[in-house]
Amino acid sequence: MKLEDFRAKQAERAANDRELHEALEREFQVIGQRLRRTDGLAKSTGSAVYADDISLPGMLHAKILRSPHPHARILTIDVSGALALDGVHAVITGSDMPHSYGIIPWAREEFPLCLDKVRHVGDGVAAVAAVDEDTANEALELIEVEYEVLPYYLDPEEALANTEAPIHDPKKAGQNGNVSKNVHLEFGYVDAMMTQADVVIEGEYYFEGTTHTAIEPHCAIGYFAPAGKLTVWSTTQVPHYLHRELARVLDLDVATVRVVQPPIGGAFGGKSEPFDLEFCVAKLAMITGRPVKILYTREEVFYAHRGRHPMLMRYATGASRDGRIKAVDAQTIIDGGAYESFGLVTTYYSGQLITAPYTMESYRFDSTRVYTNKPCCGPKRGHGSVQPRFAIEVQLDKIAEHLELDPIELRRRNLLGPDSRTVNEFRITSNGFLKCLDLVEEAADWTAKYRRLPYGRGVGVAGSCYISGTNYPIYPNAMPQSAVQLQVDRSGRVAVFAGASEIGQGSDSMLAYIVSEELGVPLDYVRILSADTDLTPVDLGAYSSRVTFMCGNACIDAARKIKQQIQQAVAEEWLCRPKHVKLVGGWALNGLDTETKLPISEAFNLAEAKYGALGATGSYNTPKDIHGSYRGGTIGSSPAYSFTAHVAEVDVDPDTGFVEVGKIWIAHDCGRALNPVLVEGQMEGSAYMGFAEAIMEEHIFKETGLHNAPSLLDYKIPTSLDTPEMQSLIVESVDPEGPYGAKEAGEGPLHPSIPAIANAIYDAVGVRIDRLPFSPPRVWRALQHRTETERAGDIAPWKTDTQ
Amino acid sequence: MIEAIRLTVNGDTREVGVPSHFTLLEALRYVLGLTGSKQGCDKGDCGACTVLLDGAPTLSCILPVQEAIDREVTTIEGLARGDGPHPLQEAFDITGGAQCGFCTPGVLMSAAALLSHSDDPTVSEIQNALSGNLCRCTGYTKIYEAIELAAAIARERVALEDEAEE
Repeated sequence: MKLEDFRAKQAERAANDRELHEALEREFQVIGQRLRRTDGLAKSTGSAVYADDISLPGMLHAKILRSPHPHARILTIDVSGALALDGVHAVITGSDMPHSYGIIPWAREEFPLCLDKVRHVGDGVAAVAAVDEDTANEALELIEVEYEVLPYYLDPEEALANTEAPIHDPKKAGQNGNVSKNVHLEFGYVDAMMTQADVVIEGEYYFEGTTHTAIEPHCAIGYFAPAGKLTVWSTTQVPHYLHRELARVLDLDVATVRVVQPPIGGAFGGKSEPFDLEFCVAKLAMITGRPVKILYTREEVFYAHRGRHPMLMRYATGASRDGRIKAVDAQTIIDGGAYESFGLVTTYYSGQLITAPYTMESYRFDSTRVYTNKPCCGPKRGHGSVQPRFAIEVQLDKIAEHLELDPIELRRRNLLGPDSRTVNEFRITSNGFLKCLDLVEEAADWTAKYRRLPYGRGVGVAGSCYISGTNYPIYPNAMPQSAVQLQVDRSGRVAVFAGASEIGQGSDSMLAYIVSEELGVPLDYVRILSADTDLTPVDLGAYSSRVTFMCGNACIDAARKIKQQIQQAVAEEWLCRPKHVKLVGGWALNGLDTETKLPISEAFNLAEAKYGALGATGSYNTPKDIHGSYRGGTIGSSPAYSFTAHVAEVDVDPDTGFVEVGKIWIAHDCGRALNPVLVEGQMEGSAYMGFAEAIMEEHIFKETGLHNAPSLLDYKIPTSLDTPEMQSLIVESVDPEGPYGAKEAGEGPLHPSIPAIANAIYDAVGVRIDRLPFSPPRVWRALQHRTETERAGDIAPWKTDTQ
Repeated sequence: MIEAIRLTVNGDTREVGVPSHFTLLEALRYVLGLTGSKQGCDKGDCGACTVLLDGAPTLSCILPVQEAIDREVTTIEGLARGDGPHPLQEAFDITGGAQCGFCTPGVLMSAAALLSHSDDPTVSEIQNALSGNLCRCTGYTKIYEAIELAAAIARERVALEDEAEE
C-alpha cells in the first residue's frame, strides 16, 4: 500500500467514525430523512410487474357481459351460441356462483354475476373464457339474455318517494327497499342552542359524484392448481377481505385460497372491495383448469365505480356574536347507487367526521343513503367526509362574513385543542391544527390578500380533520389489525413480510425505513415482501388511512424484539450493558466507546449463534376503550386524527366564469413525517384531487342510466396544464401512539381544497357556488345573477374599493 | 391473420409474427414481452403507453403496428444505456416523482423527448411536454422537480464528458 493510499484510508476511517459519533447524537438515523423509495427505480425503468404484466402459460382471457338496462329482471339466459364458438372454453352465469358477498359482513347483497335482477347499466350477467380477448368479446355477442325491464330511479329523492319497484328487498318488512341506511344522532340540545345563537346561517349544498380514475384499470388472474389450490393475483387494495370473500363465495377452504397483490397502478379507494372480475377469473380457472385473466376496459372501470357519493346537504349553523359555534344541524341525502359497498360506514362518516377541528356546543345530523339504479358509490379518498367538509367550511366562511370576522380568526376562536373530546365523544390526542392555520396564513400572505386583492382575484381558507385508521375492523374480531414478520439473514439482510398493500403511497418503503432505523441496516439490505396471503401475516388493507399507523407500529414491535436479542448477544461479547449497544449505519457500536464496533452482519451472527435463527413477529391492535358511548359511536373513532388547513388563491374570469386556481398552500399535521418526500407527495396528490373535484369532475349519468362520459378524454381530470401550483407545509405534532409519532397523510389533505376554493371564489367575485363542480357555466350564471341584483340596488357591487 | 414484420425496438431489429390488427402497444407487450409501456385507456387518452418513434413521443396504443416498420422505437426499457439509470430515472427516484408508477414510463418518454431538444427546460415547457400524460397520484409537482433535476444531472454528465475529452 502506498503512503497516500494509507493516509486516505485513515482519513476515510476517521470521517466514518466521526459520522457514526454524530449519528449517535441524533434522535433518528433514517426517520425524517428525504430518502428514496424502495420501488422507485423498478417503476421508472419499467421493470415493476403490475397485474396486467403477468402472463401465465396457457392463459385464457375472459370478458363479462353487462346489462344494458338500469333495472330489469333476468328471465332467461341462453349461452349455447357462445359455448359453440371456436376458442371458447367456458361460460358462466349467476347461478354458477349463487352466494352473495359484500365488504360489510351484514350487508352481503351482491353476486359475482347477477342472479335474478340487474340494478344498473353495466351490472354483470355472464362471463366467457376464451383463447383471447377478441374471441371472448365475440362470444359475448352470442349470449342471449331476456330481460323484463323495470322502472328505474336515478335520483335519490325520487327513489325515496317511490316503492313500486324497489331496487332491493326491504331490510325489514314495511320499510322502503330503496333506503340503504339512515343514521340520526344528536349531541347536546341543538334546537335550544340554535335559538340562543346570535347568527344562524342556512345553506343547501350539493356535492357531485366523482370517481377515482386510477390510471391502471382493474385486472385479475386466477389459477387453480391441480391439487386444488386457488391463486388470484389482483389489483386489490384489500387482499385479506378478498381472500375471505373468495373462499366464501366459491365454497373453498380459506386455507386453499391465495391472494397476491402485485404493485398497483393507483387505487384511491377504488379497489377496496371485491369486484366481479376476481370471482369470475377464479371460477373460470376452476372450470377450465387454465389460468384466466380479466382486464377491465376503461369503460368498465367507470361502471365499476365505487367512487364519491353525490350528497345533498342542508345545513344550519348557529354562532354567537363573537363567532363561537353553538349548533350545527345537518340533513344529508346520499346517492348510493345500486349496492351497499361500505354504505353503512359512508352514512355514519357523513356526519361523524366533521366534529373536529372545531368545538361545537351541540350537533345533530340525519343522513340517509338511498339506492339508485346507477353504478355503486363507495369509498374515495376521504371517504364520506369530503362532502360534508365542503358544506361546513363554507358555512363557517358565511358566518365570518356575516360577523365581519377574518375566517382564520373565526376558526381560531373555535379551536379544539390537543387532548380533547369532540362533541360526539371522539378522543383527540395530538393536534397541530393551530400550527397549520398559522403556516398557511403566513405562507399565503393571507392578511395582505383577504378582501384586498383586486376584483376577480381572491383567497379562501378551510380546515379539516381525518382518521388514522379506525378502531374497529370491518368484521368484528379481537385479533390484531396489522402484523409483520421479520427474518434476519447472516448477510445482514432483513426480510419484512407484511400484509400491507403498496398502492403507490409508499407503504413498502415506510416498512423499510422502520427496519433500517431500528436494526441499523442500510436501506438496500431490507427486502419487502407484501400483500401475499400465503406468505404474509394479515393486514386489513390500504383504506381509512390506516397503514402507516398500524403496520408501522407492528413493524416497530417486531424489529425491537430482534434488536433486543442483538444487543444482548453483542453486549455479552463486549462485556457491556445491552442498552449501550447501538445499531447504526451498518454497524453495531458501543455508545460509550465508538471505537468498539462490529459490522451489523457480524452482530447478527453473534445473535444467531446465541438464539438460533433470528426472526420475530410484531402486531398492532387499536385501543378498544375509546369511542362514543352511543350506538354507532365506534364508527369514526380512531387512535389518532390528522389535521389540515389550506389556503387557495383563485382568479375568476367574470366574462366566462372560468376559475383558475393559481396556488394552494397545504399545511398538514401528519404527527411526524417518516419521510418528508412521501408525505409531501400525499399532500400534493390529495390537494390536486380535491382541486379536480372542485373545478371539473362530474361522474354523472344520462337519463337512460348510461354513464355520461366513460372515458379519460370525456371524464375530465386535470392535466399538467390545469393543475395549480402547490406548496406543502408539514406540521409535526408527534402523536403519542403513532409510529415515531406519525399519523396519516394520504387522505386528510384532500378535504380543505374544495371549500378553500369555494371561499376564494367568493372573495374574488362575491358569489357563493354551493354546488360542485365550480364550472364556467355555473359560475357565470351566479355572476349574472349577482350583477342583476346589484343593478336592482339590492346589494352593493363587490370589492369596489380594491378596483 | 398473423403478419411477419420487422421491428426495431430499443436498438434491436427483429422479425416478429404479429396479428395484423395489433397496435404497437399490443406488439410490445404481448409479442415482445416489453411490459414497461402501460395500457391505461386503450384510446390515446392517458399517455401511459407513450413511446418514442424516431425520437418523437407517440401513443403506442392507437398506432397500428405496421406504422412502426422501418422506424426506431424506444420504450422505457431502452431509456437507460447500460451505464446505470438514465438521468430521468435517477431524478424521479430522488424526488419521489413516481408514486404508483403506472403513468411513469409514459411520462419519462415524453420527458426524454423534451430533454433531447432542451437541456434546461422551464416549468412551463415541462407542463406543455407532459400535457398528454395523465398522472393521478402526484399532482405533477414532484414530476416537474424530477425533470428539472434530470436536466441538471444530464448537463453535468455532458460537462464531465467534455472535460474528459479535453
